[in-house]
Amino acid sequence: MSQPEKQTSTQNRPLSPHLEIYRFSLTMALSILHRITGIGLYFGAILLGWWFIAAAMGPTQLDLIYFVLDNWFGQLVLLGFTWALFQHMLGGIKHFIWDVGAGLEPGQRQALSWFTIVGGLVLTALTWIIFVWI
Amino acid sequence: MGMRTPFATISGKGSIREGTTHFWRQRLSALANIPLSLFLVWLVIRLAGADRAEMVSLIANPLIAGIIVLAIVGIFWHMALGVQVVIEDYVHKEGLKIFLIIANNFFALAIGVLSIVAVLMLSFGG
Repeated sequence: MSQPEKQTSTQNRPLSPHLEIYRFSLTMALSILHRITGIGLYFGAILLGWWFIAAAMGPTQLDLIYFVLDNWFGQLVLLGFTWALFQHMLGGIKHFIWDVGAGLEPGQRQALSWFTIVGGLVLTALTWIIFVWI
Repeated sequence: MGMRTPFATISGKGSIREGTTHFWRQRLSALANIPLSLFLVWLVIRLAGADRAEMVSLIANPLIAGIIVLAIVGIFWHMALGVQVVIEDYVHKEGLKIFLIIANNFFALAIGVLSIVAVLMLSFGG
């Protein structure tokens, strides 16, 4: 932005306010969580890609990924991956609702936010209890 | 507003660049990813600990291979779009920002394409 193209585009217009001037709120915390889970899922997607690529390369590479994941730490990573996916998915559905202008009133915002938190935990628990542990 | 045209109202207020294109693609891929990622959860659970032969026998089904490829496209597209917004929000040095956006796009494309090739290889019998 060192070369001003137009007078009007280089004046100091107000920028978006940032974290330090906000009072803590649930919707704000979930906005941050949505980004954190999104970035976590970035690494989860790489792990998923690695699984397919390892399987295509051969049994030795496939065994390596099972060696990495088949212990308490690997399982914890997968559990976190599952939770990040459901939390981010429900957060995304919440954003779809907000995108059409619904659910934005006081109370509704918080109810939707709590729905994503509880829903994310419940779906994660159900997935692991039903499909992994039983 | 008065007699001013819509163009006159926004003229000179800065570039709109791509307008809502990025927003729209992010929502489009997000919507697609709801069923596609649920499918992947099923697939991973179904094949957890499976050996290569078992993976091949399942992924040989063209429906399953096709949905996996769609899921990879949707997921890697969505994550490139999402991380770009994070970079634009928090990296303020113009050169570094452009570099990270390029790296992010190249990386997502590379891992996505490698994953698709791997799925196709498994689907065609290894």
